[in-house]
Amino acid sequence: MMRKNRGFIGGSLAALMAGIFLSMTFSTQAGDFTQADLERWDKEFMTVVAKGDKLFHSALGTNQVSCDQCHPNAANTHPETYPKFQQQLGRVVSLFEMVNWCIQNPLEGEPLLADDAKMVALLSYITYERRGVPLAPGKH
Amino acid sequence: MNMNRRAFLKTTGAGLIASSFPMSLVKLAFGAKSPAQDFTFGYISDAHIQQIKGNRFVRNWDMGLIRAVREANLLTPRPDYFMFGGDLAQLGKKEELDHGLEIMSKLRGKVHYVMGEHDYYLDLGAYWRDKISPLYYSFDHKGVHFVVLNSILTYDSWTNGKWASPMDRMLAMARLDNPDGSPFMVGEEQLTWLKNDLEKINRATPVVVFSHSPIQKIFKPWNFWTEDAENVQALLKPFEKVTVIYGHVHQIQYNQIGNMSFHAVMATAWPWPYPESYSQLASCMPKLTVPMNRADPFFERDATGWQFIDVSNGKTAMHYQLPDNRNRTVAYTATTGRPEDLSYQDFSSRIPPQMHY
Repeated sequence: MMRKNRGFIGGSLAALMAGIFLSMTFSTQAGDFTQADLERWDKEFMTVVAKGDKLFHSALGTNQVSCDQCHPNAANTHPETYPKFQQQLGRVVSLFEMVNWCIQNPLEGEPLLADDAKMVALLSYITYERRGVPLAPGKH
Repeated sequence: MNMNRRAFLKTTGAGLIASSFPMSLVKLAFGAKSPAQDFTFGYISDAHIQQIKGNRFVRNWDMGLIRAVREANLLTPRPDYFMFGGDLAQLGKKEELDHGLEIMSKLRGKVHYVMGEHDYYLDLGAYWRDKISPLYYSFDHKGVHFVVLNSILTYDSWTNGKWASPMDRMLAMARLDNPDGSPFMVGEEQLTWLKNDLEKINRATPVVVFSHSPIQKIFKPWNFWTEDAENVQALLKPFEKVTVIYGHVHQIQYNQIGNMSFHAVMATAWPWPYPESYSQLASCMPKLTVPMNRADPFFERDATGWQFIDVSNGKTAMHYQLPDNRNRTVAYTATTGRPEDLSYQDFSSRIPPQMHY
């Protein structure tokens, strides 16, 4: 009980101080962002795209084969069509499942969790190489 | 007697002939207007044999070449010879070339080899020249003049650049979508050789050129491209019948430029997307080409294959052998003066899997 209270008081104090600190340093409100913010967020994204680019061009499985051997510039991956009914699997899947299918089969490797940083990077690169193409979920 | 091939195949059921197995060759007797005789040859290309470690190689690519060799051995009657269209290895290693040659050694018949960039950029063709073949040469067969070009050379400044190692250079060229790659070319030395070689040939003699890269410009970023293609084409222009057959692109392509028919061959290893599938850059796929079906990755050999080629009266017909898919024939059609697919050339006869995006 004591610990809980102390934790609560401590937490409240920290939040209060953080609030004072933030209100002193930032004049913007939650919905506001600046050009600098946009540039930083873009940079963060492109850093992950670059990681994905590197992973896409390296051996992710056990047999030295890399994704780009069949998909130069991530072409023929059709990220805009997912989720879709993957007729070979007999159900609707997200793109990460097809990425894992490729890692497990042609690359003879172990699948990644959907939120694994590597998977996020791969999906970022694949989608970035397809930027500007209209969404077409379900399209085969 | 002047019945063209397309009409003949239509009336005899091209689908039945193409799908029967073991395969029988379509053989036509043409009028003796040309000194060239009718014959067939087989074509296997882009095996990309890839070493994992020691004596372990990528099973998928091995199986592609093994299957092509086994099927080609069933051809009856036997083709006069075989071509191998380049990229026997993935990274130009002796182990990969040796392993590929071991599989190729099961093929019954003489094989002429074309060099690909994956065979070249590790040792600049030293092992190939020593064990397999000259890098460029010509030969004559039954009245047809055949030329093998090494079209995957590039600027000396790139080849002799500051590489950490020869393997570093090999890896840079092996990556198809490498933004720091360099365009393929035949080069001055070979152009001079080609000019001299062709000078001795009668203009009525059919000429067939084998190269690894297309001797036409389709998509530079993936080297579906030869930088000095126009210079090669200029030397071929005076001949009445010219066919260029190339590998590298891992897909069905065909085109007609003036007197020259162009055909791509399939890979035994894996298919590549058509350049239009890369939405960020424009490409120039010949409008004549009816694409192969989009690959189904769940069928390992789908959208790979090999082919045999009829040469009749100096004109060629490509018979694409496509495991897990319907075989296709793209043949020179006299009435239109260009290669056409015997089943799918008309827009109305195309099928949804041929739509690439």
